[in-house]
Amino acid sequence: MLNKAKRIGQHEAQAVMAFVERQFALSRRYFAWEIVFLFYTIVNTLTIAFIAIGMQEQGHQVKPDYIFYLVIGALMWGFLGVIFREVSESVSWERWEGTIEQTFMAPIHRLTHLGGICTYAVLYGFIRTILVLGAVGLIVGMHLPHANFAGALLVLAVASLSFVGLGLMAAVLPLLSPEKGAQATHIMEGLILLVSGIYYPVSALPQWLQMFSVFSPATYALQGVRAALLEGAGWSILGPILLRLFLMAGVLIPLGLFIFGLAEAYAKRAGLLKRNG
Amino acid sequence: MFAIECQNVCKSFVDGPFWAKKRKRVMAVKDISFQVPRGEIFGLLGANGSGKSTLIRMLSTLLLPDAGQLRILGHDPTADPMQVRRLINRVAVDAAFFKKLSARENLNYASRLYGQSPSRQASRMQWILNHLGLAPEKIDEPIEDMSRGMQQKVAIARALLSVPPVLLLDEPTTGLDPVSRKQVRSFIQHLQQDEGTTILLTTHDMEEAQALCQRIAIMAKGEIIAVGRLPELQQQVAHPTESPADISLETIFFRLTGVTQEEIHYVEQS
Repeated sequence: MLNKAKRIGQHEAQAVMAFVERQFALSRRYFAWEIVFLFYTIVNTLTIAFIAIGMQEQGHQVKPDYIFYLVIGALMWGFLGVIFREVSESVSWERWEGTIEQTFMAPIHRLTHLGGICTYAVLYGFIRTILVLGAVGLIVGMHLPHANFAGALLVLAVASLSFVGLGLMAAVLPLLSPEKGAQATHIMEGLILLVSGIYYPVSALPQWLQMFSVFSPATYALQGVRAALLEGAGWSILGPILLRLFLMAGVLIPLGLFIFGLAEAYAKRAGLLKRNG
Repeated sequence: MFAIECQNVCKSFVDGPFWAKKRKRVMAVKDISFQVPRGEIFGLLGANGSGKSTLIRMLSTLLLPDAGQLRILGHDPTADPMQVRRLINRVAVDAAFFKKLSARENLNYASRLYGQSPSRQASRMQWILNHLGLAPEKIDEPIEDMSRGMQQKVAIARALLSVPPVLLLDEPTTGLDPVSRKQVRSFIQHLQQDEGTTILLTTHDMEEAQALCQRIAIMAKGEIIAVGRLPELQQQVAHPTESPADISLETIFFRLTGVTQEEIHYVEQS
C-alpha cells in the first residue's frame, strides 16, 4: 500500500517536471520571440522610469523615490502578469495545437497537470523579472538604501500564489472556447491592471472603481513590495499584508481548481475538447 | 472479463450557441452495444460522422456518455477515469503534437506523463520507430518539418510507449503512403500476436479491416447495424443466388449502409 502510494507520488512528481520541461523546451524553440518580448518589457519599464525622471527635470514636485515607485509597479506587473498569462494561455496553447485531448487522457491528476504549468509560470516569471530588473538597474540605477529585500521577495512569492489561482480561473475560458476564451482572458487581465494601483495609488481611481481593488491580490502585493523596498518596512507592516495574500491564495487556488474541474466536466459532456472546439 | 464492453451507450450533442432559440440535438451514438474479448482486434467501419470517433472519445475518458455503460477491463471510464487512463492509449486521426518540439521531445514528455522510466522508454522508443520505419536521424527534427505520414508514425509510437493493454486506433493509417500503411499494419498485427494487446480499430479502409480485424462492426448514423466475423457478415447480406464467400467487405458495407468506398473517400477529401 505504502509502496503503491510512493510509486504514484513519484509518477505525479515526474509529470510535474515533464510539464515544466515541456514549457521551457517551447520557450527555447521560440527563443527569438522570447528575446523580442523581453526587449519590449525592458523598454516599456524604462519609458515608465523616464516619465518620472522627465517630470523631475521639468520642475514638477515629485517625491525623490517616485521613479522607483513606478519601476516597482512595472516590474511587479511584469511578474504577476506573466504568471497569469502563462497559466491561462497554457490551455489556449494546447487547444490550438490540438494536444489538449492527449493531456486530458494522461493518467495524472488535474492538480499535477496544473501544478506543473504553475511551477513553470512562477519560475519563468522570476527569471524574466530578474533580467528586466538587471537591465533597468544598469541604465537607470536602482538606489534603495533602506530596502528590505527579503520582505519584498516573500511578498512576491506569496502574491504569485494568488495569481496562480486567478490564472486557473482564467484558464477555464479557453477550455470552453479557444478564441472567445483568449479574448475574455485579456479583458480580465486588463481589469486587474486597472484597479490594482500598478502605476498610481488606488485612491486616484474613481470611488466606484476603488471597491474592486479590494479583490485584487496585486493591490496588496504592490503595497507590500513598495513598503519593503522604498520604506524598508518590517514584519509589523508586512505581516498583515502577507496574511491577506495568504488568505486570498487559500481561497483563489482551491476555487480556481474547483471551477476548472466544473468546466472540464462540462467540456466532456458537451464535446468541447476537440481541436475545433 | 472483456477488454472493452459497451452496453446501450448513447451520446448526443447540441448544435448552435446557447442563446439561439432553436438548438438542434444531434444523436452521435445511438444505443450501441458490443464486447471485445482480450487480445482481439475489433474493427469499427463507418463513413464520416457515423459516430466512430465519438465512441473512441467516450472510451478514452474524453467524453461522458448520456446513457449506457462502458467498461475497459472492468473499469468504468466515467466513474474511474484514472484507472482507465492507465490501461489505454489512443491514436487519433489528426496527429496532435507540440509542433515546434522534436519527435524525441514530444515522446519523452508523453512517456513521463505515463510514468515510464527514461532508460526503458528510450529502448522501446527506438524499437517502435524501427518497426514503423522512421529513420533514427528524423527523431530530433521538429515535428512541423515532418510529413503527415511521419507525424502519424510518431503518434503511433507515442501511444505504444506506455505499453497499453488496450489500444484505441482512430483511423491510424489515414493519409499514409502504401509502404507506411503496410508497416503500420504489420506492427498492429505484431502488437496483438506478441504483446496480447486488445485493439479497437476504426477505419474507412475495407482492405485494412479485412486484413487485421477478427470481428467487424459496421456503423451508420450512430448505430451499429451489423457485427460479426467476415463470414457471418457475408452470410447476412448474401442474396439467395450468390456464394457468400465471394462477397467483399466493400459490398457488405454498401449493402448495409448504402455508402460506397468511393463516396467515403469523396467525403474525406471534400
